[in-house]
Amino acid sequence: MTINAASFRELRLDRLSRDFGSHNALKDVSLTIGKGEFIALLGPSGCGKSTTLNLIAGLLPATGGGIWLDDKRIDPLRPEERGFGMVFQNYALFPHMSVNKNIGFGLKMRGTPKAEIDRRVAEAAALVRLQGQTEKLPGQLSGGQQQRVAIARAIVVEPPLVLMDEPLSNLDAKLRLEMRAEIRRIHNTLGATTIYVTHDQEEALSLADRIVVLRDGVVRQVGTPEDLFSRPDHLDVAEFMGFRNKVKGKVASAGEGRAAVTVGDAQLSGRARNAVAAGADAWLAIRPEDLHPVAAGEAGLKAQVVSTEFRGREFVGFARMADGTDLSFLAHDKLSPGEAVTLAADPDRVLVYGGAA
Amino acid sequence: MSADVSIPLKQRLAARGLDGLTLLVVPAVLFLLALFIYPFLYGLFLSFEPKQGGVLANYQRFFSDSFLYGTIGTTLWLALPVTVATLALAIPIAFRVRLMRNQRLLTTILVIPITLGTVLVAEGLLNYLGPQGWFNRTLMTLGIISSPVKLLHNYWGVMLSLVITGFPFTFLLTLSYLSGIDPALENAGATLGAGPWERFKHILFPLLLPGLAITFCLSFVQAFSVFPSAVLLGAPAGPTRVISIAAYQAAFEEYDYSMASAVAMIMALVQLAIVVAVLAARGLLYRGPAGGGKG
Repeated sequence: MTINAASFRELRLDRLSRDFGSHNALKDVSLTIGKGEFIALLGPSGCGKSTTLNLIAGLLPATGGGIWLDDKRIDPLRPEERGFGMVFQNYALFPHMSVNKNIGFGLKMRGTPKAEIDRRVAEAAALVRLQGQTEKLPGQLSGGQQQRVAIARAIVVEPPLVLMDEPLSNLDAKLRLEMRAEIRRIHNTLGATTIYVTHDQEEALSLADRIVVLRDGVVRQVGTPEDLFSRPDHLDVAEFMGFRNKVKGKVASAGEGRAAVTVGDAQLSGRARNAVAAGADAWLAIRPEDLHPVAAGEAGLKAQVVSTEFRGREFVGFARMADGTDLSFLAHDKLSPGEAVTLAADPDRVLVYGGAA
Repeated sequence: MSADVSIPLKQRLAARGLDGLTLLVVPAVLFLLALFIYPFLYGLFLSFEPKQGGVLANYQRFFSDSFLYGTIGTTLWLALPVTVATLALAIPIAFRVRLMRNQRLLTTILVIPITLGTVLVAEGLLNYLGPQGWFNRTLMTLGIISSPVKLLHNYWGVMLSLVITGFPFTFLLTLSYLSGIDPALENAGATLGAGPWERFKHILFPLLLPGLAITFCLSFVQAFSVFPSAVLLGAPAGPTRVISIAAYQAAFEEYDYSMASAVAMIMALVQLAIVVAVLAARGLLYRGPAGGGKG
């Protein structure tokens, strides 16, 4: 009893949990995924993203909650009854079968007639641009080609859901960019629903329609790439999205979504991302590319340069504040170690998070 | 430009894998020469120097006397079923055990028969399977049989003891080959719609087969050279007169070492023929890594 792709409207995770002994790998994750969406599960290693994927695939039983495909509960089903396509991190190609046989395996298991298998395998091989390689064994292919076989094998059965577990992490940088575009192209061509696990925020931002940020087995934020990139809800999400500078201060004034924070003798303002009250502790989060040196008298973070690195168009600088906080910033000119700098950023690009965090 | 640019001999040897470390092989080579190659060649030549008759007289005698050449069939009739039976037992158990967490404990229990030795197992079976042993008494008490089943001093006694002593070895080899198969392959099969039987048939078994061929050869050779259990549990004069008994009788009852050597050579040839046949068949199989790729 496999799932009919046409009847599927949404996949719902309802308070899904998974414990390994006393360790909660996943805690009450609830999420609704619509047909045709490209969802990225993003988070550092150990955040529960691969666990979520394995629970959806049925490779791991849940210890709490349920998974629903429209009105049908699917978490008691075995993986072979779910009919989802999955692309594994190490590809998991069958080493003793030719590329053709690998791609056709799912169709064969479904009892598809031989002639139709041949036709659809050829189509899938063409879609992932593997023509002419189909008689080879996986061991004779390069990493990128193996990845294409893995993708073709997962999509040829036209699954309602394609699950991808860090599919690009074993490829080199150039191939990774190529395959990233390829994956998005294939997703758009098929109109499939894709759940994509990655720890690479850039990958998630460029691929996904929506990103789910996980941390310690809990969903921290769900949003479009634009949302997450410029409006992270939590300090840790901000940090993960590239707001690498975290500076602690006291709120001087707050209101209308903005806040001014005193750090040392200077005051910096930014956009408040949660409840921020005057007099309370708060954190400023600033991306390195938004933090620049300003004239010595202007308001800004006072620090001492540790080092600078040349990055082509500008210099990336590293500096340390008097309290030991490390800062990274961009500068047009080279600065020498030990030099005092004042660093400031456009208030629209500074985020303020209240609380001790 | 007259500088000497030739590479020193030592370095050239090292590039071919010959360096000081290579010398560590010497003791093993000497050992092998003294205890295997020399006795083997000695026996080979001895077999061509019969007590009477021409060079091939021993072989002619072996193949013209059904009491002698019949031992080949008798031994094969024991060794082949035993090997197949141990494999048939080992495969399903290995499939179950590989998923268990307390693998080590179970493996230890299963390995005990190997440490006991064939003689102890044979002695144990003599008691257990005898007409007054637990096995027959239990079956009779349960009313399954009315008179004791004869399991000793015939084919079945030897067969059973060979399966018991051969199983741990076969099992351990099978388990290690099975553990070498990337579990992601099975998961991939499952997500593609293959049920447990189809995953076994299309993925695990084909990948396991080359290893099973090796396991088969090693188990077969062990079973083929059966001697103690054939004497203790079998009928050494009749149905379990295996080839090693023929060699033993030639050497220590007839004191014809030449004939005994000839029997040993024939024994080696039969084993070799089976092993070569199995390995040749294995050559037709896929033998690459059993992993899922570059992972």
